[in-house]
Amino acid sequence: MRYESPSTITDAVTLLADEPGMTRVLAGGTDVLVQLRSGMAEPDLVVDIKRINGIYDIAEEAGGYRVGAAVSGAMLDEHAGVKAAWPGIVEAACLVGSTQVHARATLCGNLCNASPAADTVPPMIAAGAIVRIHGPNGDREIPVEQVATGPGKTSLGKGEMIGSVFLPSRPERSGDAYLRFIPRTEMDIAVVGAAVSLSLDGDTIADARVSLGAVAPTALLLEEGAAALIGSTADDAALEKLAALASAACNPINDKRGTIEFRTDVAGVLAKRATKIAFSRAKGAA
Amino acid sequence: MQIHVATKINGDETEYLCDPDETLLDVLRDRLGLTGAKEGCGTGDCGACTVTLDGRAVCSCLVLGAEAQGREIGTVEGIAQGEKLHPLQRKMLEHAALQCGICTPGILVAAKNLLEKNPDPTETEVRFWLAGNLCRCTGYDKIIRAIMDAAAEMRGEAA
Amino acid sequence: MAFDEYDSENRIFNAVGTRPVRPDGIDKVTGRAMFGADMSAPGMLWGAVLRSPHAHARIKSINTSKAEALSQVKGVVTRADFNADADEQDVLDNCMAGEKVLYDGHALAAVAATSRRAAEKALRLIEVEYEVLPHVTDVDEAMQPSAPVLRDVGGDESVPDGLSKNVMSMCEFGHGDIEKGFAEADLVMEKSFKTAAAHQGYIEPHACLASLGADGRGELWVCTQGHFYIRNLCADIIGIDSTQLRVVASEIGGGFGGKTTVFIEPLALALSRKTNRPVKIMMNRSEVFRATGPTSSTSMDIKIGMKKDGTMTAGLAVNRFQGGAYPGAPVDMGAMCSFACYALENVSSVGYDVICNRPKQAAYRAPGSPMAAFAVESVIDMMCQELDLDPVEVRLKNASKEGTKASYGPRWPRIGLIETLEAAKNHPQYSAPLGPNQGRGIACGFWFNHGGETSVSLALSQDGTVALSVGTPDIGGSRASMCLMAAEELGIPYEKVRTTVVDTASLGYNDVSHGSRVTYASGLATIKAARDAKQKLCGRAAKIWGIPEDAVVWEDGMAKPAGHNAGQHEPLSFAELCGDMGQTGGPISGHFEATPEGAGVSFATHLVDAEVDPETGATRVTRYTVCQDAGKAIHPSYVEGQFQGGAAQGIGWALNEEYVYGEDGRLQNAGFLDYRIPVASDLPMIDCEIVEVPNPGHPYGVRGVGETSIVPPLAAIANAVSRAAGVRMTELPMSPPRILKALKDQDG
Repeated sequence: MRYESPSTITDAVTLLADEPGMTRVLAGGTDVLVQLRSGMAEPDLVVDIKRINGIYDIAEEAGGYRVGAAVSGAMLDEHAGVKAAWPGIVEAACLVGSTQVHARATLCGNLCNASPAADTVPPMIAAGAIVRIHGPNGDREIPVEQVATGPGKTSLGKGEMIGSVFLPSRPERSGDAYLRFIPRTEMDIAVVGAAVSLSLDGDTIADARVSLGAVAPTALLLEEGAAALIGSTADDAALEKLAALASAACNPINDKRGTIEFRTDVAGVLAKRATKIAFSRAKGAA
Repeated sequence: MQIHVATKINGDETEYLCDPDETLLDVLRDRLGLTGAKEGCGTGDCGACTVTLDGRAVCSCLVLGAEAQGREIGTVEGIAQGEKLHPLQRKMLEHAALQCGICTPGILVAAKNLLEKNPDPTETEVRFWLAGNLCRCTGYDKIIRAIMDAAAEMRGEAA
Repeated sequence: MAFDEYDSENRIFNAVGTRPVRPDGIDKVTGRAMFGADMSAPGMLWGAVLRSPHAHARIKSINTSKAEALSQVKGVVTRADFNADADEQDVLDNCMAGEKVLYDGHALAAVAATSRRAAEKALRLIEVEYEVLPHVTDVDEAMQPSAPVLRDVGGDESVPDGLSKNVMSMCEFGHGDIEKGFAEADLVMEKSFKTAAAHQGYIEPHACLASLGADGRGELWVCTQGHFYIRNLCADIIGIDSTQLRVVASEIGGGFGGKTTVFIEPLALALSRKTNRPVKIMMNRSEVFRATGPTSSTSMDIKIGMKKDGTMTAGLAVNRFQGGAYPGAPVDMGAMCSFACYALENVSSVGYDVICNRPKQAAYRAPGSPMAAFAVESVIDMMCQELDLDPVEVRLKNASKEGTKASYGPRWPRIGLIETLEAAKNHPQYSAPLGPNQGRGIACGFWFNHGGETSVSLALSQDGTVALSVGTPDIGGSRASMCLMAAEELGIPYEKVRTTVVDTASLGYNDVSHGSRVTYASGLATIKAARDAKQKLCGRAAKIWGIPEDAVVWEDGMAKPAGHNAGQHEPLSFAELCGDMGQTGGPISGHFEATPEGAGVSFATHLVDAEVDPETGATRVTRYTVCQDAGKAIHPSYVEGQFQGGAAQGIGWALNEEYVYGEDGRLQNAGFLDYRIPVASDLPMIDCEIVEVPNPGHPYGVRGVGETSIVPPLAAIANAVSRAAGVRMTELPMSPPRILKALKDQDG
C-alpha cells in the first residue's frame, strides 16, 4: 500500500485516477482504517486529503455553508453558524461514534462509506444538501441522495472524490432534526434514523423534506411523508399519517441490530418525534 | 516502502519510520515504546488507545502513523508534570476509580481534553464525552466522581 | 494473644476498613503499568492464529507451505506440534483443533513472523480443506435426538435415555417432596426462560510473550488470573515439566473469570520452541469474542408453589446450559444456586450440561448463578404481583438463615441474606415514587465463594518494612487489601508493606484468582504469615532477653514479656526486632501454605428502577442500589467497586449483550460495536450498601465479594422492566426489539 498526502485537489484526483489498483480516500479515516485493519479492503493507494488547502474550510456561500471534506463533526459543532442553521445535521455528525470519532469523522466520509445506516445522510438529504465532486473529467455537483447507490457503493467514478458539501440557505422559520434509534445511548450504529427539515408559514408547514436511514439499502427521501406534513401544523393527524407512510416506505432487513418489524414500527415513531422537534425549532427560530 | 515522519509527542520532537498501513497506535507502542495507549479493539469502539492529535482526543488505532507528520501528539505518558500528578490522576487514585487500569490511560487523556474545553461539565456531559471509553470493571460511578471532583479542584472550588 | 484467633466480631481495626491509595496506582495513571501486550523482548517474533470460518467441519488437510515460504515467516505450528498424550485433551483441542473444528473461530494453525501484520498476512496463505458438517448452536436444539452430534462418545451414565449425545451429563439437587409441596400451595406458577451467552468483555485482549528452548526450559509473560494453573496447563499441552516453565503474571486488564485458562499461551510457547526466538501473541478483539469463553446460554423451566401469605411451599428448577463445544457448562453450580436464597422444605433443581458449536465457555463471575437467579426470582416476582404481596416481605419470609438447610445440601452457618434485604427495604430508593413508564425490581442472589490452594511469604526487612509475596494475580485492587491486612496484623503503617504478585518459581502453588477467593484466601494466608512472623519475632525477643519463647507475647505491635514471671524487660518494637535480625538468628519470613476451607458464602439484594419507552422498547436504568454482605470490607472503596462493576455487567447482560449467530453458525457480532457492553452514558450512579455479617471462617470475617454482585441484576432488571412495561420478559437480553414485540403481542 502506498500513502500519499497531496496539497491540491488536482493532485489528489490525478493520484486517484492514475492508480490502476484499489484506492481509498482518507479523510477522517474512521471507516477506512477499520477496513484496512480487518482486511475488508486492501487498497494499493490511500490518498490522505487532509493536507489539501482549504479542505478544512467552512465557508458562507449564497446564504448557506460550504463544508470542506475534512471538516469533522467536532468542528461543525464548534461552528455557531452551521449549528444555528442546520442543528439536525450537526447533531447527527456528533452521534457518529464517540467523542474521539467526532474529532475525525466527516460528513463526506460518512456519505462515501455508503452505509445504509449513516447518521449524517438522512439530515443532509432532508436539508437538500449538494456535494461537489472533483474528477479527471472536471467537477460536477449532485444532491446527497444520489451519492450512495447501495450498501458500500457510490455513484462516484474512477478518480473522483468529493471535495465539499453545500448546505443551502433556508427561509426564516425553518428547523431540522435527526433522531436515530440505538439500543444504548451512544456508540451504536443506527437501527433506524429519521430526519425532518421543514419551513413554516405562520404556524403551518409550508415546505418539508423527510428522510429515513437504516430501513432500506440507501437512505430514503420520503416525498409522500413530506407531503403529509405540508399544510399541517404538525398536528396528531398529520403525524400519524407521516408515521404510517414512513413505516410503509421501509424496506429493511433482519439483522443483528434489529428486526424488519422493529425497524418498520420505529421508523414511524422517530419520524413523528423528529417532526415535533423540527417544528418547535422552526417556531423558535422566528 | 517505509515513510519518514517528524512529529512532536508530549512536547518532544520525534522522528520515526513506519509502514504506510501502520497505525499511530502501533507506532507508539511497538516503535517508540510508549505502551501507555492500549489496544482494546483496534476499531475505535473502546477508547483505550485515546491520544490527542493537535489538541483533539482521537483513537490512535484509527490514525495512520504517517498522518502524524508535523502534528502534535499527546499521550498518557505526558499528563503528569515530572513527579507531580495531574489533578485527574490524583483524583482517579483517591476515588479508587480504577480496578484493572487498562482503560485508565484512555480515560485520562479524554477527560483532560474535556476539561480543557469545558472546565465545568455536568455529570451527563462527562458521561456522554466518555461514552467511547469503555470500562468493564467499575460501572463508571467512581470514574465520573473522580473527574467531577478533579474539575472542581481545577476550578479552585473546594471538593 | 493467640496466634490463631478469629476475633472479627470484637476486634477494633486500625488499617482495615480505611481507603488508602492502591500501591499500583501511580503506575496505572501514568501509563507505566505493564499489561500483557506491553512486554517485548530482543529478537521477538509476532504470532498470529488461523481460525476456522466454519461452525463444524472435518479438517481434511492443512497446507502451510506457501506461508512458510515467506521470508518474514519463521515458523508455523499445527496440532502435530503439541503433546498428543496431554492429560487435558479438551483444553488442548480447544487451543488447537485436531480432526475437527467445532466452532467459528476455532484455532487450527499459528504462524510466527517478524511483524504482527506479516504474521496476519501469512495466515491467508495457509490452505485448509474442510468437509463442512451440520452444526447446532442453540441449547434446546442441541438436546434433541435429531441434532448434529459433536462427539460420538456421548454423555455419561447420568444422562436419561432419549436425549442427544450432545447432553454430556445430568445433575440433581434438592430434598423433601416437591409434589406434596405444590399440593400445599395456594398458587403454583410455572414459566420458562432463556438467556443468551454473554462475554466477560474485559477490555484487554489476551496477550502473552513466550520464550522456550529446545531443552524445555522457558519463560512466559502473560495476562492471566492464575499463572500457576496456566503454567501446569501449558506444560501439559506442550509436553514439558511444569517447573521448567517460569510464568510471570503481567498486570491484567480485566478477566472476570475469562482469563482462568489458556488459549494462545501454548501456541506462543510452541512457536518459540520451533523458532528458538521469543514470540508475542496478542488476540484482536474479534478473536476474543469468537474464540475465548463467553458464559453459557441457557434454557430453564421454573415451578414454584406459594401460600397466600407468601410462604413458599416448593420449588422446581430444570436448567439446560450449553457450554460450547466441550463439556463443563456451569449448570451444576446454576442448579445449586437456583433456590439457595430460600429455606424450602421441598425443592429440586436439575441441570443438563450440553455441548454445541460455540466456543468453549469459560468462567464468568459466579458461573451459572445469574441465570438461575433470573429464572427463579422472576417467578417469585410474578407470584408477588399475582398475590399482591410486597416482594421484599415475601423474600424475608422465606429467606435462608443460619441453621436452615440449603437447597443443595448443607445447613447454613452464619449468613447475611436477611440483613441485605433489610438494607434494601430501608434504602430510600425502595419507597421513592416512580414516574410514568417506570418500574421497580428487586432480586436476591447467592454465591458460594471459594478457598483454594494458597501460599504466601512475608519477608521482613532490617528497616522494619515488609515484602509480601502472593501468588494470586491482582484483578481488582487486592494488593491494597493485602497491604492493609499485613499492616493491621503487624501494627505497622500501610505504606510499610509492599505486596508483589510473584512468579511461579517464587512460591508454592496458588490457585487462580477466581471464586471471589483472593481477599479471603490470600488475605487469610497473609494474616497467618504475619502471625508466623510475629511468633518468630517473639522468639528473637526471648533470645535477647534470655527467657523461654512462650514467655513472650505480641501486643500493640511489640514483643513484651508475658507477665511477672518473665522478668522485667523493655518491650521491643517491630522495627527494633527487624533491625537486629542479622544478629539474633538471621532473616525472618512468615509463611503460610494451605487450602483454607472457611470461605463464607455471600448474598446480595439489588434494587433497580427502570423506564421503558412503550413506543420503541428502549430501556433506561434510572436508579440502582446494591446491598451485599461483604463479611468485613477490608478496603471499602474496592468492595464498592466490585458491587458496582457486577451490577454494570449485569445491566449489560440483561438489556443488550448477546452472542448472535447466523444461520451459517458464524458469530455475527464479534466486536464492541455490536456486542454492546454498557457505556458511561447508559448508567446511573450505583449506590452501595455494604452489609457486614462476619464470616466465621476468616480471622477478620472477610467474605468474597467479587462474584455475588452479578447474580441479582438480571432478575432485578427483568422484574423492573416487566413491571414498567406491563408485560413479563422471560428472555435475555431484553433488547428493544424483544420488548416492543412483547408489548405488541400483548396488545394483539
